Amino acid sequence: MEEETKQARTGWLLSAPALAILLLAASGPLLVVLVYSFLVKGQYGGVIWTFSTEAWFEVLFTRDIFSDEVTLADAHLAIFWRSVKLSLMTTAIAFAVGFPTAWFIATRPPNRRALWLFLITIPFWTNLLIRTFAINEVIRNEGILNTLMIRAGLIERPIQILYTDTAVLIGMAYVYLPLMVLPLFAAIDRFDMRLLEAAYDLYASRWQVLRRIILPLVKPGIVAGSILVFVPSLGAYVTPRVLGGGKNMMIGNFIELQFGQGRNWPLGAALSMLLLAIVMVALLIYVRAAGRGTGHG
Amino acid sequence: MSDPDAVEARHVVKAFGQGEVAVRALDDVSVGIRRGEFFTLLGPSGCGKTTLLRLIAGFEAPSSGAILLDGRDITALPPNRRPINTVFQSYALFPHLTVAENVGFGLRMQGKPRTEIETVTARMLALVRLEALAKRKVAQLSGGQQQRVALARALAPQPRVLLLGEPLSALDLKLRKEMQIELKRLQHETGITFVFVTHDQEEALTMSDRIGVMSAGRILQIGPPREIYTRPANRFVASFIGETNFLPARHAGGRVTLDAGGELTVEGGPEGRVTVAVRPEQVRLVAPDEPGALPATIRDLVYFGTDTHCHLALADGTEVVARLQSSASGDPGLEPGQPAGLRFAPGAVQLLGD
Ligand SMILES: Nc1ncnc2c1ncn2[C@@H]1O[C@H](COP(=O)(O)OP(=O)(O)OP(=O)(O)O)[C@@H](O)[C@H]1O
Ligand SMILES: [Mg+2]
Repeated sequence: MEEETKQARTGWLLSAPALAILLLAASGPLLVVLVYSFLVKGQYGGVIWTFSTEAWFEVLFTRDIFSDEVTLADAHLAIFWRSVKLSLMTTAIAFAVGFPTAWFIATRPPNRRALWLFLITIPFWTNLLIRTFAINEVIRNEGILNTLMIRAGLIERPIQILYTDTAVLIGMAYVYLPLMVLPLFAAIDRFDMRLLEAAYDLYASRWQVLRRIILPLVKPGIVAGSILVFVPSLGAYVTPRVLGGGKNMMIGNFIELQFGQGRNWPLGAALSMLLLAIVMVALLIYVRAAGRGTGHG
Repeated sequence: MSDPDAVEARHVVKAFGQGEVAVRALDDVSVGIRRGEFFTLLGPSGCGKTTLLRLIAGFEAPSSGAILLDGRDITALPPNRRPINTVFQSYALFPHLTVAENVGFGLRMQGKPRTEIETVTARMLALVRLEALAKRKVAQLSGGQQQRVALARALAPQPRVLLLGEPLSALDLKLRKEMQIELKRLQHETGITFVFVTHDQEEALTMSDRIGVMSAGRILQIGPPREIYTRPANRFVASFIGETNFLPARHAGGRVTLDAGGELTVEGGPEGRVTVAVRPEQVRLVAPDEPGALPATIRDLVYFGTDTHCHLALADGTEVVARLQSSASGDPGLEPGQPAGLRFAPGAVQLLGD
């Protein structure tokens, strides 16, 4: 008995540094943001130390300055909705491109795989801003894509891609693709290719092999890749800013606005907390989905 | 015209790779497997057994030649359109499905109604005695149980032909013997044509209706176990299946003169330079001075329980092994160094051309 309590105490003591870092580095800033979201905004930014739920109210509603009439904050909801929609679409595109890529790499001879994986991760070693401007260069009206298509006679006038949701999607899918490919590769690499022949032998069509055998067995990789793409997409800031322009804001840009020109720190803080909540809910749904049906791996 | 074979390979060639590095895994293989028979492909490692099986299943296409099923050319059909199922050496069970789901998989893919899938699955599980494990995930099964699931899964769609690619090789000896009996029973009960692959000659002899002996991409001999054992077509078959004494000799008109000295009378067989093949259990030890016996000297005696192997040397040093049934005491009453006479049982001598 005595011995056990002592052991427990030493255990706590040993994990104290880790706990301290967790508390200071992770929970601390979050706590600050949480507190700020319940304060009154300062005239020129900053906060006034008075308790208020005004910021949280502002997230969803607007009060007419003249009549005090309360209406839903359509603009805010639209931004949230666009962010979620674009992130889901980014995840879908990254999967559609990433799955064949990961499959291709996993089925190369082992001595070649490292090279392919390295090629996939090259963009990772490059600054995000530079990569985003590279995409900008490709898709802008006088950019490579439009110039080539005009030269080839496919189109007469440049297509406006830059500063549209399409541009944001292309940019985010490109930037986060490695995050999808790597976990998918790990899952496919563990997949026993002999099962394909077994299924094919048992009258499964190619589509059925994919749906009934491959997808269920690489599901952990799909879930991991989707989380890794969806979560940063939702909070993306640089890509929508550079490729989406001022009109196509996502949550990240909107939050930044509140801390900058908007001079509404409490609203920014409340929006941040809301973003965090959405991410948590998304994670929970994913983890649930991953836990079901796949009792192994 | 007679009934077509269940499966037939016609002049099948399968080459892997190109040019310098090309391997001829199958080199003009022709074989007909009869309906309802237990046919075994037997041969040493790398002789092309698995390749032939994969061609029949449809996983590989022949470089030339044709595969026929019930007389119909199926060379161009993919595996999922051939009514042929495979029991894989690695079992290849689907780990995310239960035992019952694995067994029902083929029927499900064929779009059979659910009630039919359920009844057939239940019947198959009963056939391999796994009813109690229907709801388990396959990862929780022992090797022997996985083997049975693989069998039930392949049998459930009632294929015209069942291919078994060395499915017993991963099992320990006792389980292996059990599964051999089980396989024979299943084949008997289902009446399905079985094509079985093994490199274990004993397994092939005990289980098969007919055996096809393969070597280096060719089929050397096809026949029932007894015929393969007693009348091997050539030296390879004779040495691969069971043990055989080979004695170089010359044959002219029924009289065989051994290079080691001594004469034998035979009926038929090739003339000129030949090899005399005789199984150790057909060699008898007699008194050294018995007329017509080959003179030899005992070199060594190895006790095997049921029998004793007696290694002897002929006059020129050629080694001959005689298998003697052990006596009640286990003592053959022989000593190394002792002289002995050798006789071969009538009809047991086989002449092989060079
Ligand atoms: N996919 C392939 N590519 C190249 N060569 C191959 C391929 N498959 C088989 N071979 C070659 O073909 C020959 C026959 O192989 P196969 O697997 O049919 O032999 P096996 O009789 O089944 O041998 P084992 O008893 O060892 O399983 C071997 O020399 C092998 O190296
Ligand atoms: Mg093989």
